[in-house]
Amino acid sequence: MKKNESYEEFIKGIWRDNPVFVQVLGMCPMLAVTNSAINAIAMGMATFFVLVGSSFLVSSFRNVIPKQVRISCFIIIIATFVTIADYTLLALVPKVHKELGAFIPLIVANCLILGRQEAFASRYPTRLAVMDALGMAGGFLLALFSLGAVREILGDGALFGVKLFGENFEPWVIMILPPGGFLTLGVILLFFNWFKFKKDEFLEDVAAAERGSD
Amino acid sequence: MNTDSQKAPTSPSSLRLVLTLAIAGLVSGIAIIGIYESTLPTITANKARELRAAVFKVLPGVAQMQPLVYRDSKLVVVEAADKDEPVIYGGYDDQGEFVGYAMPAAGPGFQDTIAILYGYKPEQRMVVGMEVLESRETPGLGDKIYKDLEFVAGFSALSIEPEIVAVKKGTKSQPNEIDAITGATISAKAIVRIINETHAAWSGQLPAPGSEPPLELSESADTGAGQ
Repeated sequence: MKKNESYEEFIKGIWRDNPVFVQVLGMCPMLAVTNSAINAIAMGMATFFVLVGSSFLVSSFRNVIPKQVRISCFIIIIATFVTIADYTLLALVPKVHKELGAFIPLIVANCLILGRQEAFASRYPTRLAVMDALGMAGGFLLALFSLGAVREILGDGALFGVKLFGENFEPWVIMILPPGGFLTLGVILLFFNWFKFKKDEFLEDVAAAERGSD
Repeated sequence: MNTDSQKAPTSPSSLRLVLTLAIAGLVSGIAIIGIYESTLPTITANKARELRAAVFKVLPGVAQMQPLVYRDSKLVVVEAADKDEPVIYGGYDDQGEFVGYAMPAAGPGFQDTIAILYGYKPEQRMVVGMEVLESRETPGLGDKIYKDLEFVAGFSALSIEPEIVAVKKGTKSQPNEIDAITGATISAKAIVRIINETHAAWSGQLPAPGSEPPLELSESADTGAGQ
């Protein structure tokens, strides 16, 4: 039962409550840095690190931090992890860091991270909080990657900088410009909602069939 | 906040609130100092290596370099330049003979400041290479100033007299003309303007060809001084 519970917290972030496709959170980095797959993954990894780290600490200290100053404490914890991620990226992958620019420090203001601290990590035991953070961050990474991959393939004819099509491919430059982010996100959200609609319809049919057989 | 008042009827003292935040800030500060100190050497080394690579790229045939600044109306070799003091780099071949200058330059582009480094050979009065160090030009359009290899190659033998002129792609006829990029005219012209402006600013300060400062710094020293 315990194991199922953790699994449930993990998987909900990846799919059912995906932070981007279902909750529509963290749109700013989502639209800004997904112009190539590698940028999207770097941003996803940085957010992953910050979210899991902060959820762990916030959940561990949830009984020590007075309610009145909890938000300030969350922000201090998040900002510390963001600074660590910022310097680590600058030292290890300076090229990617240059591309992401101001969006790394802006992870502090990502509503997804603060939202998870307030809604989940500060109320649940550490194990569940970490599972929840892993799921949400994984879902965010997945969403960033899908957008980044689509936009790079269409906008640059490449994936991870490797050219996929021949010389004759004319890149859809608009896809790596800001409007491309909105277009891609719109199409993906459309798919998610269509899928959810179909699933609900299917479940209703099943329920109706079961009632009929009784 | 109904649930709060049921759980804790008395709110915690101000001292406890202040103390919690102070401790959180202190721990956070220590963590940040730690990560800053531990990544600083790598970051500095990365930057120095990038700069060396760029200098060697814009000045073909260069094997050694040293930073130069303009002080007391002449060009002098420095270990480390003062902050905000414009630095250029002298490039020398493996015998220590002067080859040319690598000139850092920056100016407004289409979106944000473009920072470049260009190689200049004073004897021929020619630009011999150009490398974009920093730019936020539009992906897919303006970023052709460093992704379009034809455009970059146009700077490998470009006369700077009387000044560089960007012309419509395919119409280059003079040694001081360069083909602009279709779809990135503003960014391409910005690069040309940046080089012209920097050249004009420095031309009075560079010594006569043949009397450049000799190579003074050893290989290890200039790596450290390169910023």
